[in-house]
Amino acid sequence: MAQADGTIEYRVAVREAIAAEMEADPSVVFLGEDVAIAGGVFAVTPGLHERFGDRVIDTPISELAMSAGAFGAAVNGLRPILEIMFADFLLLAMDSLVNQAAKYWYVSGGQRSCPLVVRSAMGAGGRFGAMHSQSPIPWLQGVPGLKVVAPASAGDAYALLRSSIRDDNPVCFLEHKRLYSVKDPVPGVETLPLGEAAVVREGADVTLVSISKGVRDCLAAAEELAGKGVDAEVVDLRSLRPLDTDTVLRSVAKTNRVVMVEEGPLVGGWAANLLGLVAAEGLHDLDDAWVIACPETPIPYSPSLEDAFLPDAGRIVGEVSGRLGLAAGGPRGST
Amino acid sequence: MSDEARFAAPRSDLDAADALDLYRRMRLIRTFEDTVQSQFQKGAVHGTTHLYSGQEASGVGVCSMLRDGDKVAGTYRGHGHAIARGVDPQRLMDEMLGRATGACAGRAGSMNVVDVEAGLIGCFGIVGGSIGAATGAALAEKLRGTGAVAVAFFGDGTSNQAYFHECLNWAQVESLPVVFVCENNLYMEFTPIEAVTAGSIGSRPQAMGIDYRQVDGNDVFAVREAAGEAVAHARSGKGPAFLETLTYRFVGHSRSDPGSYRRPGEMEEWKKRDPLILGRRALEERHGIDPERCEEIDAEVARQLEEIVERGLAAPFPDPADTGGEFK
Repeated sequence: MAQADGTIEYRVAVREAIAAEMEADPSVVFLGEDVAIAGGVFAVTPGLHERFGDRVIDTPISELAMSAGAFGAAVNGLRPILEIMFADFLLLAMDSLVNQAAKYWYVSGGQRSCPLVVRSAMGAGGRFGAMHSQSPIPWLQGVPGLKVVAPASAGDAYALLRSSIRDDNPVCFLEHKRLYSVKDPVPGVETLPLGEAAVVREGADVTLVSISKGVRDCLAAAEELAGKGVDAEVVDLRSLRPLDTDTVLRSVAKTNRVVMVEEGPLVGGWAANLLGLVAAEGLHDLDDAWVIACPETPIPYSPSLEDAFLPDAGRIVGEVSGRLGLAAGGPRGST
Repeated sequence: MSDEARFAAPRSDLDAADALDLYRRMRLIRTFEDTVQSQFQKGAVHGTTHLYSGQEASGVGVCSMLRDGDKVAGTYRGHGHAIARGVDPQRLMDEMLGRATGACAGRAGSMNVVDVEAGLIGCFGIVGGSIGAATGAALAEKLRGTGAVAVAFFGDGTSNQAYFHECLNWAQVESLPVVFVCENNLYMEFTPIEAVTAGSIGSRPQAMGIDYRQVDGNDVFAVREAAGEAVAHARSGKGPAFLETLTYRFVGHSRSDPGSYRRPGEMEEWKKRDPLILGRRALEERHGIDPERCEEIDAEVARQLEEIVERGLAAPFPDPADTGGEFK
């Protein structure tokens, strides 16, 4: 599955994870709009229909029926993977996802679990406009019973998706559109536990926390900050439910400063929520803490507007430099 | 179809004992619902309730045609669906009473009961949820090649939900073994169904080429026969079937319903066609069963419910320390 140079494209990693689990477990089925014959609008799933036949299903444009169908199948012996083409369309699927799938195991008194994966392409930056660019994380994160996973690298996408398919709970697996074409080292492991954050860059001066594409922005910012004498640590949450606050708290205990970077509005977002949880437990460790998020408007279309709207490495570098008083010669408190 | 033709009694292939069982199960539902209502008024059943009283023949008739392994999805008016499918009334009552011994250990309550072992995928608190759940279950049965069918019960108001249109279409396209049972009780909550529905409900599945039949939903024997045909169609691999059972609820939509929307005299007319009255008459006419035998059953069921309530009220509440910590 890898390229000759030892890398793998993110979209191929997703495809290979689906294929590996379908190979391993005949109860895994894959359904969605244009996923079978056409191979998906983001070219993630070509070849799966040829390989797995009737277990890869093209559906009508009926997101509610699809999520309900996947739910009903999941509680009756299958392990469905449902693709919702754009995460914005998840809103049409939400009743079954939230009222049925997420609650089934708990409300039934543990009679049966709901092993369901909903894959969806999220995120802005592609000039898709306000209804094809959103990140649905806060809508989903507030629902006990769902897991919410969003990998930042191809290797994580492979391992986390395999774990998600094996998980007995409904998992929303969110793939950022602007990551599909990135190439990363081939995965080193088959699976990764859901709900464990990763320190993807060690540093001592400030902790940058994000998920999905935001992690790559943070890593780029950290490189740039290093040139300014700031040693940034980067935490990839990888999952927002379950939420690994311990890894963030450990990092904050070391750096005493934390910045959460979210592609989404500040109000009601995951970052402000996590900041509150970190403050509640680790206030004594905090010298500074803030969120870099988007303006409180729908996502605009024009390149000039959309670029200004989204957090990126440049904005992270600028805000960190400003808050740490780099103009005065380096991080406050450092020598 | 004239009323006379619509309500014409079909033949029955049941022996007397099986026929009496149908009556007993309908009586069990009625008495269960009466008991839920009285326990609600005493404050022992909480929140809200949506009772199935008057619609018993629909659920009992349909479920009497199912096999082990077939799946049923019910609604928030689901106590009858659950009992018709064979859920233990004690565990169901305990769930209403919020006890640890309930079918879902007190986590579900009136509107969301699940009993996987009994073949009840669940009762769903959102209008249309049952259709989605049964469609998905049918997808699983088809792909797993089990030969089982899934049944979705839902009301007339559901015919205006996205679940209805999307799932009927998909089920027909994929030839899924699902039976859609629309229990048309004339009212969408407090509103006459025709006031909010374009065309007839039956025209909708028929426009999609789905096997459709309409039946007197208060005549358990008629429902049984029509359901038998619908289930056979779905099980044969020809795709979904749609059964519209014409019925009437003898109680409010929910506990807060004053019922002021009903037409004058309407309730009285329907009460003459109470499924229990029709059932008794049919038992006598078809099987020569003395109506006194039905009265004995009524008394037996009344005692059964008294004992059920007594045990339920004595059962423990869930431990508040059980926070569901194992829940991820």
